[in-house]
Amino acid sequence: MTTPIVPPPKKDPQKRTRVPTRPSELRSRAALGLAAAAAEGRFMLQVCTECGAVQYPPRDACAACLSVDLPWKDVSPNGRMIAETAVRTSTNVYFRERTPWRIGTVRLDAGPSVMCHVHGDVERGGAVRIINRLDKSGQGVFFALPSEGTPAMEDDPQLREMTCDPKFRRVLITDGRNENAVALAKAFSDAQASIIFVGEAESWRAYPHRDTLAAIPNVEILPLDVTDTQSVTELAGEIGGKTDILVNNARFVRPGGIMDRGDTVFARDEMEVNFLGLMRLAQAFGPAMRGRGADGQNSAAAWVNLLSVYAYSNMPAFGAFSASNAAAHSLSQCLRAEMRAGGVRVMNVYTGPTDDAWHQPLPPPKVAPTALARAIIAGLEDGLEDVFVGDVAKDLIEKWRAGAKVLEREMTEAAGD
Amino acid sequence: MTRSSSRRLGYDGIVLAAPVTVPYQRFSKETAHWWIARALRETLTTAGIAPRELDGFSVSSFTLFPDTAVGLTQHLGLTPRWLDHIPMGGASGVAAVRRAARAVQAGDADVVACVSGDTNHVDSFRRMLSSFSRFAQDASYPYGSGGPNACFALLTDHYMNAYGAMREDFGRICVAQRDNALKNPHAIMKSPLTLEQYMGARMISDPIALFDCVMPVSGAEAFLVMREEDARATGIPYAHIRSTIERHNAFPEDAIQMRGGWVMDIDELYAMAGAQPDDIDLLQTYDDYPVISMMQIEDLGFCKKGEGPEFVRAHDLTIAGDFPHNVSGGQLSAGQAGAAGGFIGLVEAIRQVTGTAGPTQVKDARTAMVSGFGMINFDRGVCSGAAIISGDAA
Repeated sequence: MTTPIVPPPKKDPQKRTRVPTRPSELRSRAALGLAAAAAEGRFMLQVCTECGAVQYPPRDACAACLSVDLPWKDVSPNGRMIAETAVRTSTNVYFRERTPWRIGTVRLDAGPSVMCHVHGDVERGGAVRIINRLDKSGQGVFFALPSEGTPAMEDDPQLREMTCDPKFRRVLITDGRNENAVALAKAFSDAQASIIFVGEAESWRAYPHRDTLAAIPNVEILPLDVTDTQSVTELAGEIGGKTDILVNNARFVRPGGIMDRGDTVFARDEMEVNFLGLMRLAQAFGPAMRGRGADGQNSAAAWVNLLSVYAYSNMPAFGAFSASNAAAHSLSQCLRAEMRAGGVRVMNVYTGPTDDAWHQPLPPPKVAPTALARAIIAGLEDGLEDVFVGDVAKDLIEKWRAGAKVLEREMTEAAGD
Repeated sequence: MTRSSSRRLGYDGIVLAAPVTVPYQRFSKETAHWWIARALRETLTTAGIAPRELDGFSVSSFTLFPDTAVGLTQHLGLTPRWLDHIPMGGASGVAAVRRAARAVQAGDADVVACVSGDTNHVDSFRRMLSSFSRFAQDASYPYGSGGPNACFALLTDHYMNAYGAMREDFGRICVAQRDNALKNPHAIMKSPLTLEQYMGARMISDPIALFDCVMPVSGAEAFLVMREEDARATGIPYAHIRSTIERHNAFPEDAIQMRGGWVMDIDELYAMAGAQPDDIDLLQTYDDYPVISMMQIEDLGFCKKGEGPEFVRAHDLTIAGDFPHNVSGGQLSAGQAGAAGGFIGLVEAIRQVTGTAGPTQVKDARTAMVSGFGMINFDRGVCSGAAIISGDAA
């Protein structure tokens, strides 16, 4: 039985904030395939193309036939725990601070045995389902769950180390004016976030959903303009030390590419919000979050960027907007590298056209704010790094992985018609 | 493909001599080079060989980095015509015998000094664990970083469930070895251990408790492999090699380790020696954890698989007992000096069968079996080996 977590007490400012430590992140290049799969919450192993043998640990040649063609594939995550232990002494500081730490050996139905972290509700010798998650070092690790769900299982202390569950955490949503703000705030409220700060630029200017937003339990609207360094710095000074999850939903979007725009005014705004806005937020909020990565139940956990999937491949009808998102996508990789020292996850949520005023003339499918909000909460609960919401985004990333150049040609074809 | 089969050549005329143990220390400021030099010097002095005359040299060590056996030749002033570096940890002693004996037998070398040694600095054990092997780094160390304690805890947990072994059964092995160690002046552990103390010790990684774990120490072990006529001419005691086996990555299909590679080759080990389990006067197993010693007692033919717990209940494993086992105290009580842990049982066995073991001498010990087990590459020990050696009276 998992003991449900309770809201953490107010922090004693005289006590030292626990410094983030991390599990070992040394891995071979082959083993990084686990991190890539965990970034999307997939359970994958290498499978030999020639003989079909499922491999583990990750390797460079098939242990059955010596083929070197070993792509990662989704395999059955089911198995049985055949041995377990509670590690009580560890040579690694991160685990040393968290002992006893339960691990086990699981024989997978797919063939190999794996060592894995084990949920407290798994019974001795019990059937398990393995999930692949990112640990605090940002590496993919296996975690055995009971094959059937149990009450409050997400609160298992070991599992919570691998997730960014909003429960009892404090969230900042950067742009209340965005049409998606109500759905996002509502979703975090439903997910038991303890406070939902919502940034609001140009407060003197009215917008239709403000009252609805303000009425959501635990929502607190605060002034924030991501294009104004002083505004960002001031808010960080106020709530930077208690921002556990930051959702950067500020977005400037206008249709158009290069030649159908007569100037660079919108492009400048797009970069100002979508790229430099991220940079300003990260410079103001990043250091405190990184320093609070191990600060108890409500440690800083995640940084969420809402991005256009056209960051991967330009959509000429929104060509300059796509470019600003490509810049933000690239910067997010830098942020991820810098946040890693604190064990703070950077999760990018990519969508195709969203169901809002600026995408009004585009045909469906479009991503509704509620669908976006659901995907963000689910992604945080699974501790993901990359989330693709909706059919357009999923389709595009699949094509991008199959061949970025072919996709480029495909994407730019419509523009030439 | 079908292969022709051949009978293995025996080791007639090739002997083991000049066993050396450099007394272990818990921590040392010295290097592996220093420890190896001391062991080498003592074994060569015993046989009256000058370092420059030595024509065969075999080294096992974890802490020589960035050097290997190659660097040691220049460092120690050796000019061998046969050189070996054995990275097999707990199986390195038996492997060294096998390789060196064939070299001497074929005339590629006249004398091979087999040396293993490691230093133990404060924190060197931790640093070694995180990068012990690629699979360990990728697939076991990230899971709690319990090192070998955690890996063997899993094997022990599984073994206990599968065969009904109790912690007391492993305790019997540890307590008997401590009893033996009290007779060994060089053992790191010097106070008696009772079964009550064993059972009451703090858990390290359940069901592995404090006295199931070896103490990492600094130390070195060495012996010579040479022709019998040369040993006789020098007037030093020597032991005959009656048979050996070696196997790596046996039974990869086993979901978790329940047996070692010995199982594949044990019949040949006895057949080559013309011996039976009853002929063995003492058994020196590789004992980084007692569960592995229990598996060896089974896999080396002293009882059936799963009967290990009953076997240790029914036998006295001390020097004076009916089944003398790890008579110098083994690694569990004498300490684990890195790769020298793969030599400790063998070096003591040479002393035993030549009647030179002094305070730990088993009465009338003529034939010993030594087994090696090494390298938890991921979830199990990969290397295994064993040898039967006898003194002249056997």
